[in-house]
Parts: sequence; C-alpha cells; structure tokens
Amino acid sequence: MVAYVVRRLFSTIVVMAVVAFVVFSLLYLTPGDPAAVIAGDIATDEDIQRIHARLGLDEPFLVQFGRWVWALLHGDLGTSIFTNLPVTTLIGQRVEPTIALTVCTLVVAIAVAVPLGVVAAAKAGTWIDRAVMAFSVLGFSVPVFVVAYGLILTLSVELDWLPVQGYRNFRDGVWQWFRHLILPSIALGTVYVALIARMTRASMLDVLAQDYIRTAAAKGLARDQVLIGHALKNAAIPVMTIIGMGIALLISGAIVTETVFALPGVGRLTVDAILRRDYPVIQGVILMFSAVYVLVNLAVDLSYMFFDPRIRY
Amino acid sequence: MKTRATLLRSTLVIGVLAATAVLSAPLALAQAQKTLKFIPQADLRILDPITTTAYITRNHGYMIYDTLFATDAKFQVQPQMVDKYELSGDRLTYTFTLRDGLKFHDGQPVRSADCIASIERWAKRDALGQKLAEVTDSWKAVNDKTFTLKLKRPFPLALEALAKPSSNVPFIMPERIAKTDASTNITEPIGSGPFKFVKEEWVPGSKVVYVKNTDYVPRKEPPSWAAGGKVAKVDRVEWIYIPDSATAAAALNAGEVDWWEQMPPDLIPVLAKNKDIKVENIDPLGSMGMIRFNFMYPPFNNAKMRQAVLYAIDQNDYVIGIAGDKKNGHTCYSYFTCGTPLSSEVGAEPMKGKRDFDKAKQLIKEAGYNNEKIVIISATDQPIVHSQTLLTADTLKKLGLNVEIQAGDWGTLITRRTSKEPVDKGGWSIFHTWLVGPDLTNPAVNFAIRGSGQKGWFGWADDAKIEELRDAWFATTDAATSKKAADAVQARAFEFVPYVPTAQFILPTAYRTNLSGVIIAPITLLWNVEKR
Repeated sequence: MVAYVVRRLFSTIVVMAVVAFVVFSLLYLTPGDPAAVIAGDIATDEDIQRIHARLGLDEPFLVQFGRWVWALLHGDLGTSIFTNLPVTTLIGQRVEPTIALTVCTLVVAIAVAVPLGVVAAAKAGTWIDRAVMAFSVLGFSVPVFVVAYGLILTLSVELDWLPVQGYRNFRDGVWQWFRHLILPSIALGTVYVALIARMTRASMLDVLAQDYIRTAAAKGLARDQVLIGHALKNAAIPVMTIIGMGIALLISGAIVTETVFALPGVGRLTVDAILRRDYPVIQGVILMFSAVYVLVNLAVDLSYMFFDPRIRY
Repeated sequence: MKTRATLLRSTLVIGVLAATAVLSAPLALAQAQKTLKFIPQADLRILDPITTTAYITRNHGYMIYDTLFATDAKFQVQPQMVDKYELSGDRLTYTFTLRDGLKFHDGQPVRSADCIASIERWAKRDALGQKLAEVTDSWKAVNDKTFTLKLKRPFPLALEALAKPSSNVPFIMPERIAKTDASTNITEPIGSGPFKFVKEEWVPGSKVVYVKNTDYVPRKEPPSWAAGGKVAKVDRVEWIYIPDSATAAAALNAGEVDWWEQMPPDLIPVLAKNKDIKVENIDPLGSMGMIRFNFMYPPFNNAKMRQAVLYAIDQNDYVIGIAGDKKNGHTCYSYFTCGTPLSSEVGAEPMKGKRDFDKAKQLIKEAGYNNEKIVIISATDQPIVHSQTLLTADTLKKLGLNVEIQAGDWGTLITRRTSKEPVDKGGWSIFHTWLVGPDLTNPAVNFAIRGSGQKGWFGWADDAKIEELRDAWFATTDAATSKKAADAVQARAFEFVPYVPTAQFILPTAYRTNLSGVIIAPITLLWNVEKR
C-alpha cells in the first residue's frame, strides 16, 4: 500500500505541473488585462502601458511562465497584483470559512441522507420510498440560491433567528461561528442530501438483492442488523465515492452559496480573481484545487479497503 | 455513585460555559464599541488612490487621508489641512501654512516635505495635476509647517486642483511613502485622516476595517462635502462587501448592517416599506451616462455620424433605463454636470425636444455611410452599461445602421476598448460608461470631452479646436469669462461630439434610521455619522 500511495503522490506532482502549464497558457490567451482594470475607467493607453511594464505583463510568455515556475519551486505562489497581498495570505484568509462550510454541509448531508437512503431501500415501493425519492428529486432540482433566499426570508428576516450573511471566525466565539454556518450548510446540503440519499438507496437495493443478505435474514438476524451491519457496509463504496467528490467540490468553493451568504470562501476568491484578471491568485487557487482533488481521490480510494477487505493496493 | 455523576455533569456544564465565555470574549469586546457597518458600492482591491481612479479606492482615501484643501457644497475651495495661505501680488507664489496638531497614523507629524512629495506624486497621474505641474516652477519647504508653490505663470486653478474632490484626489501621505513611483501601488496605507486602516483585518472581497483616529484634530467648521470638520463619531467602521443585492437588502432589513451605499433601483420599494430604513438621495450631483465613439475607424470617424446620434437618442429613455424611475434621474443636455456653475445648454439643440430621425438619417446619408458594421461592446455585469447599450443599439437600428452588440464582462470591456484595431480584428465602434458628477464639472476634469488624439482617452478623439478652447478656458481669471469660455468648449463639443451624454442619474442610498449626520455630498463620506 505504501508503494501505491507514493506512486499516487508522485502522479500528483505530474498532474499539478500539467495544470500549472494549462492554466498559465489559458490565462495568457484569455481576453482581459489586469492593467486596464487597475488603471480604472479614467485612464489612457500610456497609463496602461506603464502598469504593464511594472507588472512584467509585456514580457514574452515563456519569460513570464519561467519566472512564475521558479517562484513556485521556492514555495512562493506570488502576490496579488491588485491587493499586493501574497496569494498564500489570501488563500489562508479564505480556507477557514470554506473548510467550516464543507464540514458542516457534509455532516448535515450524511446525517440526513444516509438514513433516508437506507429507509427508502428497506421500504422500497412503499409511500415512504416514494416520499424520499420525491424529496431527492426536489432537492436536486431546486437551485441552491432559491433554497438560500427562502431560508434567509423565513429564518432571518421574518423570524430573526439566524444571521442573513457573513462569517465569524471560530476564535470569535463558537456559537457565533456556528450560527453563521447553519443556513449556508442547509442550503448547500440540500443538494448533497438528495444526491447521497439517491445513491445510498440505489446501492442498498443492489446489495439487498444479494444471496448473503437473504442468508443473514434467514439465520434470524434482526432487520436493523442486516441493514446496517451487512447491507450498508457493502453498499458504502459508491456512496463514499460521491461523498469524496462532494468534499473536493465543496473545498474548491461553493460559489453560489458563498455569494448569497457573503461568505469569504475560496470560491468567491476565485470568481473575484477571474473577474478582475488577478492572474497570480487564479493560478494559485487552481493549483490548490488540483492538489485537493488528487488528494481527496486518493483518500477515497484508500477508504475502499476499509469497506471491502478484498480491495488491496 | 449518583453524586459523582451529578458532579461530573456539573463540571462539564461549567467547563462548556467557561469555554464559551472565553471564546465569545473578543466578539463581546468588539460589540461594546460603536461600530458602523457599511456596505460599499464595490470591493476595495487597490489601496493606492493615486495609481487607480476607481471610486471605491477614492472613498477609501477619504477615510484615511486628508487633503490640503477641499471643495464645499457651494463649489468653493476651503482650506482643510492648511491653516492659512497667501498669494503673492504677482500671483506667482502661494505660501501655505499647515494647521497645528496634524499627525500621521504612525504618530509622526505632518510636515511640509510630506505635502510636497504627495502633491508631486499625484501630479504625475492626475490630468489636472499634470496641468498644475506644467505651470509649476518649484515646491519648496520653508520649514516643517510652511511651504511654497512657485508658478511659472499665473494659474487661477491651482487651489481648485489641490481641492479636487474626485479621482484622483491629492491626498497627503508621509514623504517616505509618497516617494513611491507613481505607477507602483503603495503598500502602507498610512494617512492623517479621521480613520485608520486596520490592515490585519482586511479581507479583500469581504471586509475592510477602519478605527477612529483619536489623534485627529478636526476643523471647527461644520462639514460641507469634503470640507469642514471631519469628526469621527463612531469607534469603528466595517465595510462589508456583499456582492448579492438581495442579500444586501435582507441584511439591511434585518439590521445586520447600518448602511447600504448604492442600491439598484428595483430594490427601493422593498426597503422603503421598512419604517426603520431611510432611502435617500444624498448625492447632489449624481452621475452621467455616456456613449463613447471610436474616432479611428468608420463610421464614427465622421462627425456627421456622431451628430446623427445626437438627433436620434432620447435621454428620457436612458433615465428610465438606468435609474428605473424619473425620481432618480433627469435629462441633462450639458457636457458639464447639470447643477454645477459651468453647466449650460449652449449648442445642445440637437439633443432636445422631439427626436428628429429624418435629420439623423439625412446626416447619415451625407456622411456616406456604407453599411459598415457598428460593434457596441458591453458588460452584462454592469447594469448601467448594458442598459445604455440596449437603448443605443435599438436607436441605431431604427436609423437603419448595421449594429451588433458584443457583450462580455466589465474586465473584458475595459481591455477590449484599448484595442486600436478595426472591428473585424477585435476592435470596437461604441462603448458606454458613466462618471460621477464631480468628474465632469469643468473642462479641466472632464477628460472625455478632450480632443487630444492618441494621448487621450479610449476612442482617441482628435480635435485641435476643442483643445485650443480648453486652453483658453484655463487662462480665464474670473467667473464670468470662465463661464463664457466653458460655453465655447461645450458649443464645439456639440459640433464635434466627443461623446453623447445620455442621462444624469442618482443611485439612492439606504440606511437604518438609528444613523444621523449623513453628509449630503457627491462622495460618500463617513465622518460626522452618528449611530444611536
């Protein structure tokens, strides 16, 4: 297994190198010029050329790419050309809200979705199953922003129970921190509840049709023991895959949720950087995303061994 | 056994309560102060008010910096950091003396050398500053509190330049910072203004924090625009950037924020229903929309084509398109902001009254229009730009012109407008934008009216006559001749048509009624605001 992990980690470096080159090339080719954005509306060609020269944007592609890679190899992701803050600082400011939102959303999603999926599979064909599936379809179809606005209107504006927007750091108080995450987690979690519940149900139905389940039931095991101890564990692999994908997607930014609830997360950092053509920030966050994707995929692959002892690396 | 369990439970409860109290302490401390929570018009990205003309950076500048002079609500120049000043009999030498007690946020006193370095850096970037630099012989520090400006020839606008209210504003910084190259962003936001910037709490894209500068010595006069006493009446100001309008409205409704600087017109009815919220127009000058042409290529390199647009467009449509309601805008047939001393309707006849499509079509025919494609570049993330685009495209199509809208985001538009290529190679024919009233009050600050060709603004309008008339305006020495010269500039502008003014509009502001002292000014200023 160690050899497998080392091999996968090496492949991460290759993937990130390819991502770095592709991202840098795409940004170079994409229309948009940070110098024009910096100069503002009241500017002349001369102003923009001066900013170009200062930022080194008038240099050839390979020179710019080489300089960036050299800095990267020294652990320097660069400096935002707008805020003058290091990209690592900007990402650091955004990581806590993103991780907090990811964890809360997944806790909400797994806590609700897995039992729903198991119950729906156990009661397949009944009204309970149909109700769970109807909820799943609804949860999957209604856009996140609609759920978010609905929650804001009812729970924040009308009832004044929870804050409309913003984020509080953990160190500013646990309760304040948690209060600011409840609505975004529910809004974002709805989609994942739907997705995980459907996947759990489908996977459970497959497993429940297996001979060993019938044997377990015939041996007199309680229904709950059969469902949880035998079926759910064997049905977990596709569910884990979906959860792993969810983690990767959430860490790379739940942009709509972050925008609606004004959460200063990584997703908004990325969108803001793209809109103003802040190249070092775009490159930095995309590199980080690619690393997260690869590492989460590795973790998911390794988790299969726990659920299915036949899998060995 | 039961006692031990109870004891354990009690210990756990006390532990959790103590931990919660400790973890909540910083928040409680922050809440004990009077904090003004403010949603700004945009995200603050650049801290240097000299390298960029972005209005959000200008507003940040007003928070932390001070100016030597400032313009008041009567368009008069008033001393701000300057205590007293005098002009020599030959009108060539100004002598300025600073007020007592001026200190930068790092505790250092404000000295003449700081003022000179700051003005010299500003004059490298700002158009009016460059004009001042042209006539400047020297800046000299007499001592730490007194300095002189020696001119090569009399320049009546010298004080107006130093009191320029909008981008770029001649803010005063410490000399060591002001020595930074004028194209390089400063990294230390240290001023001597009424608030201090808290860099450690700055989260770009989310939050900017200022605290009251307790060392600031305000002037005694009442505030009037950026002039007068700048008294900070709250301990802390948080700019909370909320990109989504619906969320911003909900946050204001719920009382999570105190003030929303600029709201889209469609949300006015939603907020106006709340008796705890005041929706108000606090900007006496508003902003002006404009249609800017590319003068390098057909068809708008022909003045008759540009004049045709004057005869066809109806400003009333643009008022509704931009402001949503006539209460928030009006027509303004002037190249200088309506409501300011130099505004007039001289030469504006083609824009007024019933729209004359026949005349417009006749001009198009005389221009020899040959069905050249007209590309209007637009930005769908900027409603003011895009609504103007749709209206202009519709009007031009009614005139039988071959129009195509090419829409992207604002970042793409402002890059593409730098292109000097023809439309089939990525160029453009028209773009729309808007500028705040103070940027268009006279021929000195209205850069869009200029005819300076390749050195000028995008579109590169080239007209020696307008430049000549502008220079003649600079040479005027009293209000009457200044007005006459400005009228001449405008009359020529309506012939040459460097751009078409589309409407004057105001984006209303909304704040909780527990705020008082909001200053009526064309720039949002946060001193004097009290929170109950």
